[in-house]
Amino acid sequence: MTINHNGSAAGLAVEAKNMNVYYGSFRAVKDISLKIERNSITALIGPSGCGKSTVLRSFNRMNDLVPSARVEGEILFQGNNIYAENVDPVEVRRRIGMVFQKPNPFPKSIYENVAWGARINGFKGNMDELVEQSLHHAALWDEVKDKLDQSGLSLSGGQQQRLCIARTIAVKPEIILMDEPASALDPIATLRIEDLIRELKKEYTILIVTHNMQQAARASDYTAFFNMDSDRAGYLVEFSETDEIFTNPKHELTEQYITGRFG
Amino acid sequence: MTREAFDRELKALNERILRLGNVVEEDILKAAMALKERDLRTSREMIAADEWVNNQRIEIMMASFTLIATQQPAGPDMRALAATIEIAGELERIHDYVKGLGKISLKLAEIPLPAALADLIPQMAAIAGVMLQQALDAFAANDATLARAIPVQDNDVDELYRQISYELTTTVTQDSGAYENANLIQWAVHNLERSADRVINICEWVVYKAVGKYVEMDSEYEAPATAVTP
Repeated sequence: MTINHNGSAAGLAVEAKNMNVYYGSFRAVKDISLKIERNSITALIGPSGCGKSTVLRSFNRMNDLVPSARVEGEILFQGNNIYAENVDPVEVRRRIGMVFQKPNPFPKSIYENVAWGARINGFKGNMDELVEQSLHHAALWDEVKDKLDQSGLSLSGGQQQRLCIARTIAVKPEIILMDEPASALDPIATLRIEDLIRELKKEYTILIVTHNMQQAARASDYTAFFNMDSDRAGYLVEFSETDEIFTNPKHELTEQYITGRFG
Repeated sequence: MTREAFDRELKALNERILRLGNVVEEDILKAAMALKERDLRTSREMIAADEWVNNQRIEIMMASFTLIATQQPAGPDMRALAATIEIAGELERIHDYVKGLGKISLKLAEIPLPAALADLIPQMAAIAGVMLQQALDAFAANDATLARAIPVQDNDVDELYRQISYELTTTVTQDSGAYENANLIQWAVHNLERSADRVINICEWVVYKAVGKYVEMDSEYEAPATAVTP
């Protein structure tokens, strides 16, 4: 794959086509087809066990790290299937980054946390500039600019999560996957992350798994609602603009879920 | 997962709208009859009743706002609350017209309505009242098809309005001294004509609540031949 960092050009950022994910013989998600627009925020919502995190992790081959996991179908990223044989999963994960539920800074300085990814990716430019720019984009610069040599672990939970976001964007991904990025944070820190996500979409495409329906409603442009079928496989029930999902959902299951009358 | 407490609150709000709507519907006809029959006591009652209607509207709004702030309604719940707030507002405005009829009645005092008009005014009120009753039924049943079938009846109200206006113009042409009273009666029928228009607004919110689409309607509106489903 050639590096082609896209700005606000319209078009698809990534597309899942007839995707099935298995853990051993168990099919965890089935027949997922999903087109993600560039520079959009898509929330993946649904009850526990509906496979939304599995779907998210399939978008950057994170499931490869689970020994029994197997993905069928295609994830097309700029026209190429990221599961094709010639594709390097490390390169995929650099271009499609991930932010996790629990902030997981390294026990290193704030500066090193941000510089680390770029460094192992062979970044040859001005590291100070990259660190500052990434921290700016993660809306953390003003809070840490005078203590870049302090440990990342000395920061508050919300700051740690923004540090992890800075670390993710320092390697210049095109897509950022977020797996419940605010679920371990207090309400104020949560709203800051949501504001930040809105800012980030100017440059990145964002997919976010959240248990917090209101967060999906507040922070996303599109919402994908997943459910678990009788065979326990997760499937996509409805995908639409977030406004539509939260005011006039088409599917009865979606309606039950967003109104809190599910199950 | 259920939302029993929230469902109870929504149901209670529905019932308050229906109760308020029934009062407004009855008062339209009462006020028009009082105007016809020079029943000043009832006219005064209609004026006095407006305060209760205003208070009901505000209480319904506030209760809806509280639910929005505390229950994060979405989808049909949010639409139900939006429709509740809007419909409460429309009912309150219709009752302002009822109050207006009462005031006009007092101003006309003992002067009888011109015979040619005496029955037409309650007739207008009766049609507007029926439209409102149907709109409330559609609201209660969450029935967009019924709501879409109501606006066409506004043609009858408009026709009566034109007829009465014509009669009033004729009266004034023949007797310029009748101008002041004719003007008051013109206002009265205008109030009834506007009441029916506001019933159509209620129908628009019933449709929105039921199917999630806001469709502007007027007396020219043609309801779709087939039932519209969400």
